[in-house]
Amino acid sequence: MENVKLENIEKKTSPFVWGIMIILPFLLFFVSLFLGRYMIDPGVVLKILLNKIPGINFAQTWEQTAETVVISVRFPRAVMAALVGAGLSMSGAAFQGMFQNPLVSPYVLGVSAGASFGAALGLLLSWPTWMVQIVAFGFGIFAVALTYLMAHLYKTTPILMLVLSGMVVSAFFQAMVSLVKFAADDEDKLPAITFWLMGSIGKVGLNDLAPSAIPMIIAMAVLYAIRWRLNVLSMGEREAEALGVNTERVKLIVIITTTLISSLTVSLCGIIGWVGQVIPHFCRMIVGPNHKALIPATIFVGASYIIVIDNLCRLVSITEIPIGILTSVVGAPVFAYLLRKTKGGWA
Amino acid sequence: MSDEIMVKVENATFSYGKKTVWENLNLEVKRGECLSLLGPNGCGKTTLLNCISGSNPLTAGNIKLLGKEVADYEIGEKAKRLGYVFQEHSAPFPYSSIEVVRMGRTPHLGFFGSPDEKDTELAYSIMEDLGIAHLAGESYTQISGGERQLVLIARTLCQQPDIVLFDEPTSHLDFKNQALVLRNIKKLSESGMTIIMTSHFPNHVWHVGDRVAMMGYDGIIADGKVDEVMTEENLSKTYGVPVRIFEGKSGDKRTRFCDPDLD
Repeated sequence: MENVKLENIEKKTSPFVWGIMIILPFLLFFVSLFLGRYMIDPGVVLKILLNKIPGINFAQTWEQTAETVVISVRFPRAVMAALVGAGLSMSGAAFQGMFQNPLVSPYVLGVSAGASFGAALGLLLSWPTWMVQIVAFGFGIFAVALTYLMAHLYKTTPILMLVLSGMVVSAFFQAMVSLVKFAADDEDKLPAITFWLMGSIGKVGLNDLAPSAIPMIIAMAVLYAIRWRLNVLSMGEREAEALGVNTERVKLIVIITTTLISSLTVSLCGIIGWVGQVIPHFCRMIVGPNHKALIPATIFVGASYIIVIDNLCRLVSITEIPIGILTSVVGAPVFAYLLRKTKGGWA
Repeated sequence: MSDEIMVKVENATFSYGKKTVWENLNLEVKRGECLSLLGPNGCGKTTLLNCISGSNPLTAGNIKLLGKEVADYEIGEKAKRLGYVFQEHSAPFPYSSIEVVRMGRTPHLGFFGSPDEKDTELAYSIMEDLGIAHLAGESYTQISGGERQLVLIARTLCQQPDIVLFDEPTSHLDFKNQALVLRNIKKLSESGMTIIMTSHFPNHVWHVGDRVAMMGYDGIIADGKVDEVMTEENLSKTYGVPVRIFEGKSGDKRTRFCDPDLD
């Protein structure tokens, strides 16, 4: 038999393109550590970072402020930006495959509405930040659980029922957010709630990183591991079952992992919209529809995208722009362009 | 053909809510048999296939695949035994055709697994057998309906099942593609595969298959060898219109075909 290898049959993305995709987030990550109103020499940033590795010891020639800015402010922020971008993009791709629909976002099952309500409630009652985050996270999970249970029919959860239940749950929690806003005093709490909902990665400190990053990375690893099954699932539930896929199990795993990712994101950084739609669509244009390649691509491109957007948020004006505004301002027209270009197809 | 019973339907009844589709239906298919199911729209042919595949649970009675109750199969285990080529199909993503064929390997993979080179080789050789190797790299959404049907057949063969169900494999296809699909089903049957297919074209039964079962609105009307069951009487009864059978000859080729009598 002649050389029957997939790479000889399918059109493959060149290693060069993959190389750029993989290197880019690391490069942007580094850039965002020295860029800012307090400019730090890239060489110094490198030394500060290397100094944190045991066994390496550069003499400190820089101001202590530089170290504080890099390690306590910019580093956690950039890590979070990368994780949020990768996580939301990956979740979006997984949901779009599962729902067989390019317009689906990671928030379709109500996680953002639920988490928004939790956060708004916490802010209304003047709880400390960590409690607001936990309550937001809890309500995000609760909302999706509610959607899932509502969609559950005779031991199955049909895709259509999931979407419709998600709409109902989202609408309900959005109404609850409005209620909380209405009750909030407009001097102090209403702006706090409004700003929180617009989103910011700036609140993330070094101490927040581990408890949020670890579950996110685990969830992403699970999604990554089942990425080939997403291909089969995207052929439709009936087909997938005929091919021996336990669709209920795969759907549940996808829902749990994406909910974990998006609920953590919303509870820490507010609502960051459009990423989950734009990035997977864009990645399909580069690497094709096969989830085997698409999922890794969304990780790198999504991370790069949010790092760039977050840098814009803190750099383009004197006061920081909420990230949710920028992702929508950039995301909506980009998505419109991608839709036009792919003629509503799947790239 | 051996005497091993691959599919056994016993006293099966299926209803949607209060509406009974068929009652007390009995059917046995032996290894290597190729059974065509004929019948008018809405008589429950596809429903029967869905029950055999286990996706529609019976209201009463039972269905066994290789001696084991269909409901007792673990889903992956069942997919190694039984393949199902569906009739209508939406194609959401433009995967390459060989990737679609490779999906047939799913029941043979671990939960976190994906097909390897051996699977790709198997998929490719199956596509060669079906004469569609040239489509391997083509996007599944860009090929014609007949080609897509052949890709789906290839995918089902990639499962390496013992039994294949076809739900109207030639509907929506033009003349050439009908011939192509039928020829491949015939080849498959000759290689010893156990096949059950539904069809809206009684004429195809003479081309493919050794056995035919005719279904009316009250279950099976006639079941047996093609030459014995394909009579004007049975066909007329099944479809509820007078049907004539004609014999024809072209060169040294003799054939039979039927046609409804419109007068």
